[in-house]
Amino acid sequence: MSAINKTKDYGGDLIKTKRGAKTPMKTLGRLLRYAFLRNKIATVFVIVFVCLASVANVTAASRVSVIITELIANQQNANMSVVYNNIIFMGVIYAVGAISSFAYNIIMMYIAQGTLKKMRDDMFATMQTLPLQYFDTHTHGDLMSLYTNDVDTMRQLLTQTIPQLISSILTLIAVLSFMIMYSVTLLLVVCVVLAGIVIATKIIGGRSAKYYLTNQKALGALNGYVEEMTEGQKVIKVFCHEQKAREGFKEVNDQLNEAGSKANAYAFLMGPVNNNLGYLQYVLVALVGVLIMVFSGETGLISIYCSIQNAEQANRLALMAGMLVSFLMYTRQFNMPVQQVSQQFSAIIMALAGAERIFEMIDTVPEDKGGEITLTRGENGEGPWTWKKPNGDGTFEYIPVRGDIRFNDVCFGYTPEKMILKHISLYAKPAQKIAFVGSTGAGKTTITNLINRFYDIQSGTITYDGINIRDIKKSDLRRSLGVVLQDTHLFTGTVMDNIRYGRLDATDEECVQAAKLANADSFITHLPEGYQTMIRGDGANLSQGQRQLLAIARCMVTECPVLILDEATSSIDTRTEKLIEQGMDKLMEGRTVFVIAHRLSTVRNSHAIMVLEHGEIIERGNHEQLIAQKGKYYQLYTGAFELE
Amino acid sequence: MIKKLLKCVREYKKDSIIVPVLMAVEAIMEIVIPFLMTFIVGELQAVAEDTTGTREVDLNVIIVSAVLMIACAVIALIAGSVGAKLAAKASCGFAHNLREDMYNNLQTFSFANIDNYSTASLITRITTDVTNVQNAYQMAIRMLVRAPILFIASIIMTLIIEPIMALIFGCAALVLGIVVAFCMVKVVPYFRTMFRKYDSLNAVLQENLTSIRVVKSYVREGEEITKMKKATGDVYTYSVKAERILTIMMPSVMLVMFIVNIIILTMGSNMYVGNIAGGIQPSELQTLIQYSAQILSGVMMVAMCLNFIALSRGSAERIVQVLDERTTLPKAKEQISEVKDGSIDFDDVDFCYSQKADVAVLKDINIHIKSGETIGIIGATGSGKSSLVSLIPRLYDPSKGMVKVGGVDVRKYNLDALRNTVAMVLQKNVLFSGTIAENLRWGDETATDEQIREAAVQACADEFIQNLPGKYDYDLGQGGVNVSGGQKQRLCIARALLKHPKVIIFDDSTSAVDTKTDAIIRDNLRKYAPETTKIIIAQRITSVQDADRIIVLDEGKINGIGTHEELLNNNEIYKEVYQSQIKGGEE
Repeated sequence: MSAINKTKDYGGDLIKTKRGAKTPMKTLGRLLRYAFLRNKIATVFVIVFVCLASVANVTAASRVSVIITELIANQQNANMSVVYNNIIFMGVIYAVGAISSFAYNIIMMYIAQGTLKKMRDDMFATMQTLPLQYFDTHTHGDLMSLYTNDVDTMRQLLTQTIPQLISSILTLIAVLSFMIMYSVTLLLVVCVVLAGIVIATKIIGGRSAKYYLTNQKALGALNGYVEEMTEGQKVIKVFCHEQKAREGFKEVNDQLNEAGSKANAYAFLMGPVNNNLGYLQYVLVALVGVLIMVFSGETGLISIYCSIQNAEQANRLALMAGMLVSFLMYTRQFNMPVQQVSQQFSAIIMALAGAERIFEMIDTVPEDKGGEITLTRGENGEGPWTWKKPNGDGTFEYIPVRGDIRFNDVCFGYTPEKMILKHISLYAKPAQKIAFVGSTGAGKTTITNLINRFYDIQSGTITYDGINIRDIKKSDLRRSLGVVLQDTHLFTGTVMDNIRYGRLDATDEECVQAAKLANADSFITHLPEGYQTMIRGDGANLSQGQRQLLAIARCMVTECPVLILDEATSSIDTRTEKLIEQGMDKLMEGRTVFVIAHRLSTVRNSHAIMVLEHGEIIERGNHEQLIAQKGKYYQLYTGAFELE
Repeated sequence: MIKKLLKCVREYKKDSIIVPVLMAVEAIMEIVIPFLMTFIVGELQAVAEDTTGTREVDLNVIIVSAVLMIACAVIALIAGSVGAKLAAKASCGFAHNLREDMYNNLQTFSFANIDNYSTASLITRITTDVTNVQNAYQMAIRMLVRAPILFIASIIMTLIIEPIMALIFGCAALVLGIVVAFCMVKVVPYFRTMFRKYDSLNAVLQENLTSIRVVKSYVREGEEITKMKKATGDVYTYSVKAERILTIMMPSVMLVMFIVNIIILTMGSNMYVGNIAGGIQPSELQTLIQYSAQILSGVMMVAMCLNFIALSRGSAERIVQVLDERTTLPKAKEQISEVKDGSIDFDDVDFCYSQKADVAVLKDINIHIKSGETIGIIGATGSGKSSLVSLIPRLYDPSKGMVKVGGVDVRKYNLDALRNTVAMVLQKNVLFSGTIAENLRWGDETATDEQIREAAVQACADEFIQNLPGKYDYDLGQGGVNVSGGQKQRLCIARALLKHPKVIIFDDSTSAVDTKTDAIIRDNLRKYAPETTKIIIAQRITSVQDADRIIVLDEGKINGIGTHEELLNNNEIYKEVYQSQIKGGEE
C-alpha cells in the first residue's frame, strides 16, 4: 500500500518531454546555422582542413599500394628511387594530414564550446524574459535538464560527430570514386553488404535510441521518487516506514535497470555487428573477384583499366590479380568511415531531440515589455520619483509618483474557463495600508500578482497614479513596487549582497541600517562571518524566520512608493514580530502598502481590510467597522473560521 | 574505496568476468582476420608477380582462407554480441546494486545523518554519480582486457612476420604511452575544476528557477543574466583548457602512426630488395600497416579508459561516503521492545547538534512528565522547542544527561518499538503522493476503513475529506499539493493518531488550523486518548493555555513551568507573548 503504489506515475511529466525530434532535418539545419553562421571564417577553415585531412588519408593509402605494386612488379630489382619518392611524398601528405586534423579539431572545439556557452546564455536570457506562467507550467527538473543533459548531447554532436561525419563522407566519396574506376561489378558486391550495414544500423541504432529515451524516463522517475521520499525522510523515520521506502525504491530502480540494460546492449551491439559485416564484405569481394578471374576471365569485370589497356593476354591474370589486391585494400578503407558513422547514429538521434527542445525554449514568446511610460528620478538620481510620459512629439509629461492604486472592475483567471477574481474594485490612496484576508484559494496572492503584472487581467483596469499599468514599462512598474513574498528566497552570495539585492547602489551602512530595522542585525552578527557570511542553497543554513527577516531587510533598502507584503511575517514568532513592529512601521511610513496575512494582529491597524471569498470582496471596512458588522471577518477574528 | 564499490557487483560477478573473456576472444579474432587476409592477398600477389601468365590462382588457398575468415567473423560476432548484452547487464546491474545499497543505507540514517546531506546532493549521488561510475565500470570490463590483448596479439603477429618491426612498434607504443599519460596528468585537474564550475552553473540556474518571482519583482533580470554569463564563461574557459589538451592527443597519435608507417615501408622495401637483412613479403607490409593502426588504437583505448576511471573517482568517493555513513545512534544492547507507559523524564539534559559546534541548543533540562499529562511548550524561534521534543522518540541523542520514556533510558529501546509508541507530528510535515487513505495508513498499515475514518474524525479531517472527490481515495499529488496547509496539518495529525501512541507530540502542527478546530482537536484527544501523554508546541497561547503544565523555553533553558494562570503571574516572557497576542488577535 501507501506511496509505492504510485511509483509508476513519477515519470509522468517526462513522458511528454523526453521524446525523439519531431522535425529532425529542420532542427539539424537550424543547429548547423546556429553553430556555424556565427563563425563563418572558422567554419570555412574547418571544412578546408577536414577535406585536406580526408584527402591526405586516402592519398597516403593509395601511395602504399603504389609502393607495394612497384615492389611486386619488379621484385628484387625494384626501382628504389620510385619507392623513396613515394615514401617522401607520403611523408609530406601525412604531415599535411596530421596538421589539418589538429587544426580542424582545435577550431571545432572552440566553435563547439562557444556554441554551448551561447546556447546556455541564450536559453537563460530567454528564460528571464518569460512570463511567470511558463515557470508555473514547467517543472524545474525539466528546465534544468535542458541546460545539462540536452546541452551535453550537443557537445558530442558538435565536437565529434559533425567533423567525423564530414570527414567520413569525404573519405567515402574519395574511396568510392577510386572503386568505380576499378570495377563496377565488385562495387555492386560492396554496395549489397553496405545496404545490410545501413539496415542493421537503422534497426540497432533506432532501438538503442528508443531504449535510451525509456532509460531517461526511468531515470526521471527514480529522480522523482528520491526527491519526494528524501524530502519526507524525517517522516519516514518517525513512522518507521523504512522498509516500505526501500520496496518503493526497488521498484523504480529495477525499471531503470531494465531500460538501461536494453539501451546499452543495443549500443554495444553496433560495433561487433557492423565490424563483422565489414569482414563479410571483404570476403565476398575477394571470392567474387577470384571467381571472375578463374571462370570468366573478362578483365573488364575486375578493372576498367585492364579492358582499356587490354594488355597482353599473357599478362591478363597477373594484372587482374594486382587490381583485385588494390580493390580489396579500398574495401577495407571503405569500411572505416562506415563504421564511424554508424557508431554515431544513436548519438545523432538523441542530440537532435535535445536540440529541438532547446530551440523550442529559445523560441518561447517572451513576456511583453509593457508600455512607454518610464520611471525617473530627478537629474542625478536624487529627489522624488516621477512617471515620464512621452507625448508622441518628443516632449514628455512628468507625473509625480504618489502610490495611488485603483482596481476598476477587474476580472482574472489563470485559465479563461476558471475565473479567480470577479469584478474586483478597490482603491488604495497614497500612504494607505490595505489588507487582504480570506481562506486559501480566495485570491489574495493573485491580487498582488496583478499589480506588478506577473499576470495580466482579462477585463477591467488597474491604474497607478491615474495611469493604466499597461501603459507603464513593466520593469519600471516593478521597480516602483517593493515586494516581500510568502516563500522567502535568497541568492548565493554574502548576507550583505542579499540585502543589497533590493537596491544595488545601497551603501554598506544603509544595508546594516535596514537589517537593524528588520531586527535581523542581531542574528547576522552572530553568524560566523557576520554580514560577509556566504549564503548557499537558498539560505539552507538559516531558519525560515531568519530568512524572512532578511527578506524584509532586503525590501527596506528599496525606496519604492508601494509595498506588497504577502505573508511577510508568517514564520516569525509573535514576540519577534513585536520587536520588528517598529521597523515595519518605519518601512510602511509614507508608502502605500498591500498586506496579506493570516495573523490578524498584522492586519488590524490597516486603513481598510478586504475580506475575499471565492474571488469576490464580500466585506470591506476598517477593523472596528468589520467587527461591528459581525460577518465573516468577525468569525475569522474570533477563530470560528479557518484561515490559511 | 574501489574494493568497497566492487562489493556491490554481487550477482553480476559472473557476467563481469565472462565479458572480458568474450572481449578477448573478439580481439583475437580481430587480429587473426587481417592475418588471414594476408593469405588471400599473398596468393593474388603471387599471381600478379608472375609476368609469364602461367601461374594460376590456387583456389584452395582462397577458399580456405575465406571460409576461415567467415568462421572467425562469426565467432567474433557471437562473442561481440553476447559480450555486448552481458556487459550492458553487468554494468547496469552494478549501478542498480549501488543505488540500492545507497538507498538502503540511507534508510538507516538518523536525523543527524540526514542533516548532513541536502536532498539535491543525495539525488546527484544516486543518479549522476552512479552513472559516472557505471560508465567507468563498463569501460573497464569491455576495454581494459580487450585493448591490451589487441596490443599483445598484434605484437606477436608482428614478431612472426619480422621481429625488428615488433621492436619498432614497441618503441612507438612506449612513446605514445608517455605522450598520452602526460596529457592525462595535465587534463584531469582541469576537468575537476570544470566540474566544480558546472556545479556553480547549476546553482545559479536552480536559484533562478525557485526565486524567479523575486528576480522579476526586483527587476534583476540583467544582473542574473550577467551572473549566468560568468558561470557559463567559467565552464567555457575550463572546458577549452581541458579539451585543448585532448585535442593535441589525437593528432599526436596519428603522427606517431604515420612515422611508424614510413619507417615500416622504408625498412620493409629495403628488406625485400635485400639491402637490409630480413625477409618480408609485400603482402606482409600491408598487414603490418594495418597492425600499426591496431596497436596504437589499443594504447589509446587503454588511455581513454584510465581517463574515464580517473574522472569518475570523485563520483566514486561521493558514493562511498553515503555507503560508509553509519548512523549516529548506536544500537542498544538491550533492545527493549515494550514501552511501559507514557511518562517522560529529562535528567540534566544538554544537547547540541554537532560536537564541533559548542553552542548548546539545550542546557540543563530537567522535566518529569507523568503518563497522560498534557504539556504545552512556548518559546521564541530558535529557543530549542523542536530540539527538546526530538529527543523523546530518540531522533537525536542528548550530549549530556538522559531522556527516559516509561522510566527507561530511550537508548535502551528497540528504535522501532520506541518510535511506534511515541508519535510525532513534525513541524515541516510531509504527505506523499497517493490517496488520503494510503497516506493515513502510514500510521497503521493494517487499519480498517473504519479505524481510518475514526482517526480522521478525531483530527477534524473527516469533514473536509467527505467533500473531496473520491473522499478517502482522493489523490494528494506530490508532497500533498492538492490540499491546503490547514487540511494537510489535520491529515498529519490523523496519521499520527492511527498509531495509537502512548506519547503524542505536536510540533507546531496546528499553526494553520483555525483556533476553533484546534480546540476541538485538543478536546477529542482528551476524550479519546486520556492515557496518552500529549506534548504541544505552539505559537498561539490559545493552543496551550488549557494544558496541565506549560514549559516556557528561552535560549535553550527552561524559563518557567506552570499552569497558564501561574505563568501569567510569574513569567515575564509568557506574559509578554500573551499580551502581544491578546492585543492582536483575541478578545
